[in-house]
Amino acid sequence: MTTKLLIGLDGHGSGERALAYAARMAELIGKCELLVVYVIEWSPFSFQTAEENAERHKRREEEIATATKRVIDPAIAKLEKSGLKAKGVVRHGDVAETISRIADEEKADQIIVSRSSEGGFSKRIFGSSTSNLVMGANVPVTVVN
Amino acid sequence: MWLVVAATFFTFYFGFIQIRGFSHAIKLVKGDYSDPNDAGEVSHFQALTTALSGTVGLGNIAGVAVAVGIGGPGATFWMILAGLLGMASKFTECTLGVKYRNEYPDGSVSGGPMYYMSKGFAERGLPGGKFLAVLFSIFCILGALGGGNMFQANQAHAQIAGIVGDFPGFITGIIFAGVVFAVIVGGIKSIANVTEKVVPFMGVLYVGAALIILLVNYDKIGWAFGQIFEGAFTGLGVAGGFVGALIQGFKRAAFSNEAGVGSAAIAHSAVRTKEPITEGYVSLLEPFIDTVVICTMTALVITISGILVMNPETGQFLLNDAGTSIRTVGDVSGVSLTSAAFATGFSWFPYVLAVAVILFAFSTMISWSYYGLKAWTYLFGEGKTQELTFKIIFCIFIVIGASASLGPVIDFSDAAIFAMAVVNIFALYFLMPIVKRELASYIKRLNAGEFKVFKH
Repeated sequence: MTTKLLIGLDGHGSGERALAYAARMAELIGKCELLVVYVIEWSPFSFQTAEENAERHKRREEEIATATKRVIDPAIAKLEKSGLKAKGVVRHGDVAETISRIADEEKADQIIVSRSSEGGFSKRIFGSSTSNLVMGANVPVTVVN
Repeated sequence: MWLVVAATFFTFYFGFIQIRGFSHAIKLVKGDYSDPNDAGEVSHFQALTTALSGTVGLGNIAGVAVAVGIGGPGATFWMILAGLLGMASKFTECTLGVKYRNEYPDGSVSGGPMYYMSKGFAERGLPGGKFLAVLFSIFCILGALGGGNMFQANQAHAQIAGIVGDFPGFITGIIFAGVVFAVIVGGIKSIANVTEKVVPFMGVLYVGAALIILLVNYDKIGWAFGQIFEGAFTGLGVAGGFVGALIQGFKRAAFSNEAGVGSAAIAHSAVRTKEPITEGYVSLLEPFIDTVVICTMTALVITISGILVMNPETGQFLLNDAGTSIRTVGDVSGVSLTSAAFATGFSWFPYVLAVAVILFAFSTMISWSYYGLKAWTYLFGEGKTQELTFKIIFCIFIVIGASASLGPVIDFSDAAIFAMAVVNIFALYFLMPIVKRELASYIKRLNAGEFKVFKH
């Protein structure tokens, strides 16, 4: 049986640590499939101007293209170099909710994320995506320091 | 009147869609039917709030005051009725707006009455669609300059002048024009973004303040509603009598929620949905929030405040010396009347209202500059020069609007918006079978459970 690991990246340096950890785990497990996920923070309940709305579809495509190029592609290249099978996904939405949903859809066995490096003021109040994910996910979550 | 007749007609034609579709509309806005994989696209909620920011504006604050000032509390009744009926017009035009929008290869969209007129008429094999589209575009530009611009600038100035004392309107106008210019020409999105984010809170604050005033005077609410109903049918002691109340109510409602005018169809058409009819459903909520909720609040506060001078013996309102409107304490009209009415509850409220008025005016101007621009580019083609020409004209009219007096500004605005409505509704009559077909097919599939409900 193949084990499926989902790696959530945040586009910062801390994501690299999650990636490195996942690669090591994959080598240990052996038959392993990796899914690299990047979520663009987005709420359907934000307020926008008419002009923004008209161009939204275009923007969305651009955002996905940028995220794929900057975050996903290098990560996959790195994994493939070490001989692992990897796939990339870019989505919009709430980070914790979206990662958890993708894990369900793809029947991932484990989620690997890194602890976010920046602990800003807003996170003190609203909690971070990582802790929301740990609380809400249906599969085991590994948080890499 | 034309608008209300049409709205009534649409209400019957679609079998009271505003009642039947109300709960479905709320579900759509909540995102129950949105595929999470489409996240990042324009949601129903966003299309609705964007359209609302164009309609919730001074029409709700100043327009209502004009209606009640001339037509008495009874005008409110007709306003609410027009709002409820207007939901059906909105439903029709917004469905068509989404259905016949233009989608460009780069993914941006443009929609609105001019597109459904030309494409829809061609589809039904009717002549004249192109002509109507051009006519609508011309009126839409005038409407953008009038109701979407001069009226807003004028009333914003009135409110500021009411607080700091009288000063020439062109000063306000130039400042406003400068800021609007920076946003629409200079592309300084941050200002627009800030406004878009603050305006909803202002709306909540406004309704909240109105609710508190109503709660404090809860014993008078029954009386106010009594006044509204009584005035609606008798119109005693009101300029123009019964007909005055009726016309004022209808006029201001149409002016405020723009149902049937066609402008909202431009804003709603950006939504990402596979079913155009879903946006029709969502747009139902717009006249409801705008007119039935917010306008009614304003009207109740004005009625309760006692700013309208009554003859204590007969219980009738006294007219002013010219006999054109109801006499008010301090002889105020328009936004100043609303301001004075709220001040009876909270003495500091005029300051908050001033901020709200400026922001509402500003966001409405930004929205309408976009509507006007769409009409302009429809006529003259897309291009930097054409767009810039329109934007500069738009800014000039802000200065004119702020300097002029309320009467002519409101007359011009009414005329332009009415002209838009005439053309738009004329087209809607021909296109409504298309909407009916869409609706029937959608309801059938909805009942068959073809649309997945997504858990969030």
